[in-house]
Amino acid sequence: MSTSRYQISDDNGQKALKLFGDWTIRHSGQDSEAILDHFKQSPFEVIDGGAVEQWDSSLISLLLRLDTFAKEGQQQLHFQSLPRGAHELVELANTVPERQGADKKKEQPTLLAHIGDKVLTDYREALGFFFFLGESVKSFYRLIRGRARFRGRDLREILSDTGPEALPIVTLISVLVGIILAFVGAVQLKQFGAEVYVADLVGIAMVREMGCMMTGIIMAGRTGAAFAARIGTMQVNEEIDAYRTLGISPMDFIVLPRILALIIMMPLLCLYANFLGILGGAMISVGAMGLTFTEYWTQTINAVDMTDISLGLVKAFIFGIVIAITGCMNGMLSGRSASAVGNAATSAVVAGVVFIIVIDGLFAIITSLLGI
Amino acid sequence: MADKSSSNSIIKAEDLTMAYGDFVVQKDLTFDIKSQDIFIIMGGSGCGKSTLLKHFIGLKQPATGRVLFHSDSQQNQRESDYIDFWQAEESRRQRLMQRCGVLYQSGALWSSMTLAENIALPIGEYTDLSESDIRHLASLKLALVGLKGFEDYYPSEISGGMRKRAGLARALALEPDILFLDEPSAGLDPISARLLDDLILQLRDNLGCTLVVVTHELASIFAIGNNSVFLDAETKTMLTTGDPNELVKHSEHETVRRFLTRGAEE
Repeated sequence: MSTSRYQISDDNGQKALKLFGDWTIRHSGQDSEAILDHFKQSPFEVIDGGAVEQWDSSLISLLLRLDTFAKEGQQQLHFQSLPRGAHELVELANTVPERQGADKKKEQPTLLAHIGDKVLTDYREALGFFFFLGESVKSFYRLIRGRARFRGRDLREILSDTGPEALPIVTLISVLVGIILAFVGAVQLKQFGAEVYVADLVGIAMVREMGCMMTGIIMAGRTGAAFAARIGTMQVNEEIDAYRTLGISPMDFIVLPRILALIIMMPLLCLYANFLGILGGAMISVGAMGLTFTEYWTQTINAVDMTDISLGLVKAFIFGIVIAITGCMNGMLSGRSASAVGNAATSAVVAGVVFIIVIDGLFAIITSLLGI
Repeated sequence: MADKSSSNSIIKAEDLTMAYGDFVVQKDLTFDIKSQDIFIIMGGSGCGKSTLLKHFIGLKQPATGRVLFHSDSQQNQRESDYIDFWQAEESRRQRLMQRCGVLYQSGALWSSMTLAENIALPIGEYTDLSESDIRHLASLKLALVGLKGFEDYYPSEISGGMRKRAGLARALALEPDILFLDEPSAGLDPISARLLDDLILQLRDNLGCTLVVVTHELASIFAIGNNSVFLDAETKTMLTTGDPNELVKHSEHETVRRFLTRGAEE
């Protein structure tokens, strides 16, 4: 194995480059650059490859670059005794003309153009969202009139996926949230000797806010992403097109059962989360603060009334719609590549969580203004 | 002469221009697809063959120009012979689409359903047949494409060639007059591709379908095609239309002859 070497000779004013040794990707790195630099300063007319031992496309690349430089400078470059095949490869690379427009232009947009582009894209996305919302409403209208069709089995599958199968994670999170709330409350209320009010704090916080919000966030991450990925993959696979061309509305067939499933399941999950959160609070109060379970329970029942519970359930219902719509919409509008499906799942989760927290905030303001 | 040739045209494209936003894919496409033709849409990679197909099956609206379908003559005789697909109202378009079957490039079977359910769904949607009738029909369609006994398999459990054939069975579900096939033999081994071609010919002969096939497999083009349009990526328009077996000998366009002879010099 020998490394690449070269020699530039001047024979009666005719400059020639002679290459020796191995010209492969692993051996010729420095030399190629040096030769190109040399050529720019004082061009040579002949390249002699007679002494080249091993070579690969790095040699061809060097020859082509030299050839291009020579053509730009209106010079002729002669190749002499190149290795067998190398000459043919150089010619092959030169025969197919560069496709016009195939070279992607990398134009740096001005700041103004960039802002404009962004605004237009966002505007179109917002339009898309409202369009999708409208389509879902129409689909619901068809459902009410008994015209929408989807398979009962699909709905059952989605119900089981969004309900019972979500229970373990909802259980874990709700109990932990209850425990955390109890600890936070206990530290503060102990100073006033009012430990029993931990039950009020945990109960009201769970039922009004944390129950529905934590379920919403869990379901956005779990189910919203699954919807987007599933529908996005169907889009890649042309399955959605197949529904359309067969005159089956993908809105009715795919989106509607998912919205229905979450509308049914979210309030139920929220109730379950409320209960388990309160249980988590009880564990701390009974175990670490010396309250009896009965005391805690009576205190909770006195503190929490139906208004609080219904408020949580209404929010859970709305969050269900939000999660289903952001998930399905991102799936339906997904591009047709693996990365597009990934993006669809990501934006489904992000949009879902953001919407949930914004809506929850709005509810907090409105209910406090109305004194509910 | 124009009248005579158009009298049995089932689909017509008139001055069709296809574009994605500002980017024009093909322009000035005008050709006729006659009843019981096996019409080949051919051209090099990336020239817009599949995009053209999308204009016929209601997935993409033309930038300009018209796509005309012959109206079902049994229903409204002589009222108006051709329907402008993209100007027609939604319900009309739906009815036209029900006359068409589509085989997608990847098969596009619904992955959450078995093969039988894939075929049963459109039948159930548009007919009042009983469940067992539908099940038998689905089995029959599968048997026609050589997939007898695969009713309860899911699309992910069968091979690519079988998925194509199952896709064809689904395309046949609603007894279509017109079948659109997007690269039916792409990704198949030569024997399977040949079998699929034979199947296509049999469907035309026995069911009387008109077939519109997007392909660049030369063997298929000559074996099944009796009419065609050639889309050129460079000039962004069609170069010629006609029987590919004639075009290979007599086309005045060198690009077309080169394409049909795999670039061999004459």
